[in-house]
Amino acid sequence: MAYSQKVVDKFEETLNNPEKASVGRWKPGDEDYHRVGTGIVGAPACGDVMKLQIKCQNIDGKNRIVDARFKTYGCGSAIASSGQLIDMLKGKTLEEAQAISNQEIVDILELPAIKIHCSVLAEEAIHRAIDDFKSLRNND
Amino acid sequence: MKQIYLDYASTTPVEEGVVKKMTDFMSFDGNFGNPASRSHSFGWKADEAVEEARNNLATLIGCDPREIIWTSGATESDNLAIKGAARFYKNKGNHLVTSKIEHKAVLDPFRQLEDEGFEVTYLEPNSSGEISIEQVAEAVTDKTILVSLMHMNNELGTITDIDAIGELTRSKGIIFHVDAAQSIGKIAINMSSNKIDLLSISAHKFYGPKGVGALFVRRKPRVRLEPLFHGGGHERGFRSGTLATHQIVGLGEAARIAHQQMDDDLRKLENLKRIFWEEVKDIEEIYVNGDSKNKFPGILNISFNFVEGESLIMALKSIAVSSGSACTSASLEPSYVLRALGRKDELAHSSIRFSFGRYTTEKDVRETALLVKSSVERLREISPLWEMYQDGVDLDKIEWA
Repeated sequence: MAYSQKVVDKFEETLNNPEKASVGRWKPGDEDYHRVGTGIVGAPACGDVMKLQIKCQNIDGKNRIVDARFKTYGCGSAIASSGQLIDMLKGKTLEEAQAISNQEIVDILELPAIKIHCSVLAEEAIHRAIDDFKSLRNND
Repeated sequence: MKQIYLDYASTTPVEEGVVKKMTDFMSFDGNFGNPASRSHSFGWKADEAVEEARNNLATLIGCDPREIIWTSGATESDNLAIKGAARFYKNKGNHLVTSKIEHKAVLDPFRQLEDEGFEVTYLEPNSSGEISIEQVAEAVTDKTILVSLMHMNNELGTITDIDAIGELTRSKGIIFHVDAAQSIGKIAINMSSNKIDLLSISAHKFYGPKGVGALFVRRKPRVRLEPLFHGGGHERGFRSGTLATHQIVGLGEAARIAHQQMDDDLRKLENLKRIFWEEVKDIEEIYVNGDSKNKFPGILNISFNFVEGESLIMALKSIAVSSGSACTSASLEPSYVLRALGRKDELAHSSIRFSFGRYTTEKDVRETALLVKSSVERLREISPLWEMYQDGVDLDKIEWA
């Protein structure tokens, strides 16, 4: 696959040091789990599934993403796109995170045209995770 | 980084001795003549070399050398056999039979013939990737003029019982074409005892050069074809075009070597496959695709559940293998062969084909197996599906977005 060096690097970074690359999860029962929003997108039959979790904290009246974790099943560029998304999320307010577009990921990783859906998946994942977090708030 | 090549089903390197022979047939100081030139020694010598190659291939497959037509490769041979036979015998009937796991070089000509008004039955393999004689018997009608099945499947390594099917088609007067691109030079075939009418051959799958192949066309009973190429009437009118002497010589030399080495090659591949399988078989949730008794040991196709194939290939970066994953194909569709076996799409996405060959060493397969084990483990660590599986979630019951 003719990937850019950036995709290859991101993929290998994730594989070689998953913890540092924010691979992982928060489970029900974990401390602060009530501050975690989860988004799962994709389908095994399509070849990619992304699970994104964001941990939010209210800082100065605004919900900010203070930490994020992910797991991804998919091709190299799907895994790289998830890792890239994670890098972009930390410290952002939910509004800022909501505004992240897949094109940013495409540009940073120099994704080939046939792999653009991987970045779309990442964008959908953050939208889902934000929605999930907000629905938790409503249930409070 | 040293790369380990385990993609012999895709193509093989050309034997050094074969390369040397080929280069003798190109330059001014070599034997560069046109084998069709009858008026001087340049032509005669080239013709002699072409006929020697024809004899070598004929010896390998047990046929009369006059039954071999040189082509540019198995794709052309398949096209010539299928379209050539269907068009020539179209007045006898319009029904054709093939299978869903054929190579695209067979399926596409059939699609073309459907556009021309032929009716095609596509047989479905069982879950092990086998097409049975009973299925063929059931599919043929009094309108059937051609049955085309592959000898060895390129993704799975499963072998079709072409001898038995040949008996059936012959008894019904139906032409039988076999795409043997994967099998020639690797497992034995004897055209003098079987009832196959047309057989496609490719040189680059058995350590010969790319760009050359052959079509066996039976003389008794005589099979006729409408040619694809019209011109100087070379190859008894079946295939016009100046013969590519150096390519043909390369194929012939590769055939000669294959004839000598086939038994040793096979034993070696059995051993490599056994070693590899011993090393990987205990990985949880793996599935062998095409788990047939009648199988070539040089191809092993495994699905590693919960790991996507292309990412596994990226993790195995020092190993050259191929995958049935959609992500490695231009079409973004997972392998149609694996789907035809009834495998779930996710298992097709998770498949890797390891194919071993003459230059593969025990060290290569041991190293590969170790790397496969650690890579599958690492990719599962980042796979949400593996996490769900470990948690006891039934993935089939989830409504995926």
